[in-house]
Amino acid sequence: MAAQAESLAVSINVTVNGVKHDAVVEPRTLLVYFLREDLGLTGTHVGCDTSQCGACTINLNGRAVKSCTVLAVQANGAEVTTIEGLAPAKTLNPLQESFREKHGLQCGYCTPGVVMVAQYLLETNPNPTEEEIRHALDGNLCRCTGYVNIVEAIRLAAEKMRSQHVSS
Amino acid sequence: MFPVSFGYYAARSIDEALDLLTQHGEDAKLLAGGHSLIPAMKLRLASPRILIDVGQISGLRGARIDSNTLAIGALTLHSDVAASEIVRKYIPALADAALLIGDMQVRNRGTIGGSVAHADPGADFPVILAALDASFVLVSRSGRREVLSQDFFVDYYTTALASNEILTEIRVPLPPSGSGSAYVKLGNPATGYVVVSAGVVITRQPSGVCELARVVVGGLGSGPIRATGTEAALQRQTLASEVIAAAAAKAAEGSDPDGDVYASADYKRKMASVLVRRAIEKAIG
Repeated sequence: MAAQAESLAVSINVTVNGVKHDAVVEPRTLLVYFLREDLGLTGTHVGCDTSQCGACTINLNGRAVKSCTVLAVQANGAEVTTIEGLAPAKTLNPLQESFREKHGLQCGYCTPGVVMVAQYLLETNPNPTEEEIRHALDGNLCRCTGYVNIVEAIRLAAEKMRSQHVSS
Repeated sequence: MFPVSFGYYAARSIDEALDLLTQHGEDAKLLAGGHSLIPAMKLRLASPRILIDVGQISGLRGARIDSNTLAIGALTLHSDVAASEIVRKYIPALADAALLIGDMQVRNRGTIGGSVAHADPGADFPVILAALDASFVLVSRSGRREVLSQDFFVDYYTTALASNEILTEIRVPLPPSGSGSAYVKLGNPATGYVVVSAGVVITRQPSGVCELARVVVGGLGSGPIRATGTEAALQRQTLASEVIAAAAAKAAEGSDPDGDVYASADYKRKMASVLVRRAIEKAIG
């Protein structure tokens, strides 16, 4: 009886891409499934499901994390940004534009996670070296590109974002 | 992959967490960043009935200097250990070790307390903390005790933490002047876990003679192992490269590592010597 009561659902409040959501979740619900299945935000992908591939990367309270290894209940009270929150619908932010221009993707499966990591990198380090970019991408697996164009896309985005910053 | 169902409590204070631990006993596990526990639960290697989330408790984050000791809150993220100006200033080897853990996203979520309490034989922090002679502050309803590394790491995934205790702080004595420390690692390229690693603290007199050496290797057993043969071979010596090489050759003496698909036991022993040599050179460089 006690065990039954103990595993009952928990109320959470999470702000995702600026929108507040009140929800009731089972404690074992992983944040990535809460985002995808409860909120319908399917831009965040599940790849390995073992916190290795990085396809599920989101931003949680200002930090890039792997949402397959966070419980939805741990995000109670948190601010989350997913790939859908980087730019208004049907528009691209400078980083997303750069991935298009530099052909920084092929199949696209890993791309949302890679972009979320790159966004976090450029927020914390606006002028990264190639080595710093590659170190930041350590937790993101891409089986198509060989990473060369991903690194170029991030370098281009860094330039664009710096020049925007200077001109504004 | 989903964990087995469990009950969840978010503790707002250490007191509340201790009450919940007392109430649920062996059924409960503490959840901090969850970057060891959640993967284990998803793989059904662990299936605690109750999780007590301590991740939001305030006052357990960050590093400070407290009477010749670097004190690090148990909930300090790996990325914050790596970036901490205090850690970088006083014990850069600890910041270096933090930066070698997992990947950026993992470092943004995993905590130093969680890592040492989990005591994975492939973890980085236990090795460098043992080399630094760190101690661990454990609190329970019956009080507070401080346990030295040599007594804290008991076996594979097993520490001196009792089921009613919470690890709140890691305390690292500042090495005396004339000291240098280093941590180097051979990581598994797929998982990032330690294959073999080495943490060293070397203290030299102004003349260059080695006064104290603490040399610890990881990956050769259930937890950090002191390389006592290496330490003895460095004592009272001027650390010329041949002295270092001869001492480092003793790094795996007395250990009996298991081979696995990635690295044979023989390879691990040989790499222990290589990594210990590199760590000593880095510590005195």
